[in-house]
Amino acid sequence: MTGRARRVWSGQAIFVAWATVVAVGIVAPFVVYPVFAMNVLVMALFASAFNLLLGYSGLLSFGHAAFLGSAAYVTGWAAKSWHLPVLVSMGAGVAVATVLGLLFGVLALRRSGIYFAMITLGLAQVVYFLVVQMPWTGGEDGLQGIPRGTFLGIDLGNSFAMYYFTYAVFLAAFWLIQRTIHSPFGQVLRAIRENEPRAISLGYDVQRYKLLAFVISASLAGLAGSLKAVALQFATLGDVAWQRSGEVVLMTLLGGMGTVLGPSVGALLVVTMENYLSSLGSWVTVITGTVFVVMVMAFRRGLVGEIKALFARRS
Amino acid sequence: MKIRLAFAAALLLAAGTALAADPKVSDDVVKIGVLTDMTGYYSDLSGAGSLEAARMAAEDFGGKVLGKPIVVIGADHQLKADVASTVARKWFDEEKVDAIVDLVSSSTALAVMPVAAEKKRITLLSGPGTTAITGDKCTPYNFHWTYNNWALANGTGREVVKQGGTTWYFLTADYVFGKSLEEDTANVVKAAGGKVLGASRHPSPGTTDFSSFLLQAQASGAKIIGLANAGADTINAIKQANEFGITKKQNLAGLLVFISDINSLGLPTAKGMYLTTAFYWDRDDASRKWSKRFFDKMKKMPTMVQAGVYSAVTHYLKAIQASGTDAPDAVAAKMRETPVNDFFATNGRIGPDGLHRHDMYLVQVKDPSESKYPWDYYKIAKVIPAAEAFPPVSDKCPLVKK
Amino acid sequence: MIQALSGQLLLGLINGSFYALLSLGLAIIFGLLDVVNFAHGAQYMLGAFLAWMGLSYLGIGYWWALLLSPLVVGATGLVIERVFLRRLQGLDNLYGLLLTFGLALIIEGLFHHAFGNSGSPYPVPELLRGGFDLGFMYLPKYRAWVVVVSLAVSLGSWFVIEKTRLGAYLRAGTENPKLLQAFGVNVPVMFMLTYGFGVALAAFAGVMAAPIYQVTPMMGSSLIMVVFAVVVIGGMGSILGSIVTGIGVGLVEGLTKFIWPEAASVVVFLLMAIVLLVRPAGLFGRQK
Repeated sequence: MTGRARRVWSGQAIFVAWATVVAVGIVAPFVVYPVFAMNVLVMALFASAFNLLLGYSGLLSFGHAAFLGSAAYVTGWAAKSWHLPVLVSMGAGVAVATVLGLLFGVLALRRSGIYFAMITLGLAQVVYFLVVQMPWTGGEDGLQGIPRGTFLGIDLGNSFAMYYFTYAVFLAAFWLIQRTIHSPFGQVLRAIRENEPRAISLGYDVQRYKLLAFVISASLAGLAGSLKAVALQFATLGDVAWQRSGEVVLMTLLGGMGTVLGPSVGALLVVTMENYLSSLGSWVTVITGTVFVVMVMAFRRGLVGEIKALFARRS
Repeated sequence: MKIRLAFAAALLLAAGTALAADPKVSDDVVKIGVLTDMTGYYSDLSGAGSLEAARMAAEDFGGKVLGKPIVVIGADHQLKADVASTVARKWFDEEKVDAIVDLVSSSTALAVMPVAAEKKRITLLSGPGTTAITGDKCTPYNFHWTYNNWALANGTGREVVKQGGTTWYFLTADYVFGKSLEEDTANVVKAAGGKVLGASRHPSPGTTDFSSFLLQAQASGAKIIGLANAGADTINAIKQANEFGITKKQNLAGLLVFISDINSLGLPTAKGMYLTTAFYWDRDDASRKWSKRFFDKMKKMPTMVQAGVYSAVTHYLKAIQASGTDAPDAVAAKMRETPVNDFFATNGRIGPDGLHRHDMYLVQVKDPSESKYPWDYYKIAKVIPAAEAFPPVSDKCPLVKK
Repeated sequence: MIQALSGQLLLGLINGSFYALLSLGLAIIFGLLDVVNFAHGAQYMLGAFLAWMGLSYLGIGYWWALLLSPLVVGATGLVIERVFLRRLQGLDNLYGLLLTFGLALIIEGLFHHAFGNSGSPYPVPELLRGGFDLGFMYLPKYRAWVVVVSLAVSLGSWFVIEKTRLGAYLRAGTENPKLLQAFGVNVPVMFMLTYGFGVALAAFAGVMAAPIYQVTPMMGSSLIMVVFAVVVIGGMGSILGSIVTGIGVGLVEGLTKFIWPEAASVVVFLLMAIVLLVRPAGLFGRQK
């Protein structure tokens, strides 16, 4: 493929990606249960935020649950106890996740590779500990019964209204991620991922780029958490636990890291398994494990990655 | 041929509209969803056993109520509130589930209850223990069936003090339920004239070695070490208390212990321990008869949670029968006004807060030499009458004020 | 106070030596094969379960289990290496991590299905029942045994890998497999055996743990994160590092349980984050 052809191809791919996301999203609540669809959207946003870091900057964070969870708690608290409007509550959640992201980033980015992952894990465990210790979080009961409130006069208590609100936020965030990836900033990130010394020698302040990517990813993960708190009306320890950080790695890899649509597809698969297989009991664990093994052995590029590769081979 | 088909179709249509006009049973089926922990920490005390208990209740009812089939389905909430509430919503909206049963942790129970109240469906809780369920979080469609933390704290705390266990030290899971269990028990102990010498709060889950907490409990010199934790934590704590010779001078009191825990610990380790339970399979003929049937299917004797599921589902079905409809308001009212009499409870009453008040039992774990046959684990030390066993109707519950 | 403290420190030492044993296999597998073995917890559980199954179904006692269980689990390790891990060589070690995580889920799910969750008791062997009264605390004989055996096995493994010719081959195999192959050493088989050995160590730790902790399908998954932290603090791949750190973490955790029990499980992670910030490659790791 020539450079020009590739650009056309990638333009087409982006168009296809957008068309798919928009079409599927509009129809979704009529086909599946709205709350389930919201859950998928929230996790898709979370995974896309994570992918921005892993897929485009090559940084594996193992502490992203801290951003999702803390934002969910803060949003829940703001909406429940201070009765703030929904957007303000969500803003508070995102702000906390952003600050936390900056803190994590400044510390963890001093190291790379597996050590980077482990520092983020360690810090996230500290956040988990704080959430357990603080009295207002409700411990293992979590914050329950978070009010959804209204948006532009529309009562979000209605599942469909809430769904389209969630969907709109998701699309905006998805667009933002897309823009970031294709911006000059995104190009530099990829350059750093592919060859860090070269990027340094070209005069880029690599650390700052990485930090910025980390903070953006953290705030978007926070946005997912805030949205989750409002959509599902609770925040629980499951959202700050390390298993959640592991789950997002799974979603991203399953769908295909470094692809635009991959994380969302991965999220769809994981949430579906979690909900629709739940009558199978312990077999779910076995099935999940088998999916992991098969993915790693046979479809390493993830679903979307494999499909893309298939098309690329044909054209 | 064509005419006959048309005729048959018309007949079917007529029958359909006739049925639809009859409002007695919504969707022509009474569907009961058992939402429980199938894979996590509490899967042995609830899980597949709870599902089986609900199925038995439906079968024993004849598989039909008001001429409509009873269908029992089950799912794993994985102890995650988000999974529990999503499954519950899906069940209510898409699968026409009329009642959700069990819900094994307080977070899943508190997540599902408001959903059920909003959709006007019944919840029958057997697994969770928090008093908030019938306190400030109470709903008109909820029934808390088997036990709550107050009953456990009260039963074990007061009786153990009476028997001479006057000084206490707590090993507490550093969680809301552990802390509230500790607090409730401490209050009871103090009220009964006992003293609390201290407490160690251990992270949970995540603690496998309890020896250092046990050593602190030992150093306190307390006569009783109260275990305000559950499941694997309790089991490991009891096991290690034996290992370190602590049980020679001090006694353990488990605040949330199930017969499945005793079975997996074995009598040599668990012997002598006091605990409070809502159900013991070997209590009388009726409980034995049902439990043996349960055993034939599950190869395990039922825990109080599983027996409670059967009792709750049966009471629910009886209420549908008696009120002639499965409309939730009528059924809930009927359930409240009818006393519960079965192998699980004698003359149990349901308060306006939804709490099912019935006798509880303080039991002591048998010595291996006293145990004559498999699962012969408990001696009933005292029957705690319903009025003492459960808290009075809470004024925190908004339903009560009316 | 001092009495209580010495008791806590001794318990810390006991737990620490156990951590050392458990993290040793992980460190060997990472250090020599560059595989992050997330199935370690499940393999530890397998070891304990095989001991229990041997006793319940076949009447095989503790001492035989101590030998047989690691051999059997080690053999399954050989299969895993041959069938799966070998094909992931040369890829980002993230894939190895995911694969072993998947395997752990499969193993734990199957055991959960078969045995439920509350698990089964395993008796302390006759010879090691009872204990010593140390004045400041009662020390069960079995715990003393755990310390002695863990330290002996850990130091023995360290000696073999760091100080013998066999160990030199192993290390050379990681640095430059082609060169070693040229010297006539069968590198793939060597890798397979190394993974098998690491896994057998996990199973060995499982048998050691069976009489102390309840044997349940989830017993490994609750420990695995702590053990990972130990390996990272010690410096990934450093065998001596994981031994020393294992004991150190045990002590720190023991002290925390005494001073601020609520924080006992988070202190390890905090320690990990701090150590990595101060010493990039862990306490004993070599900066590459």
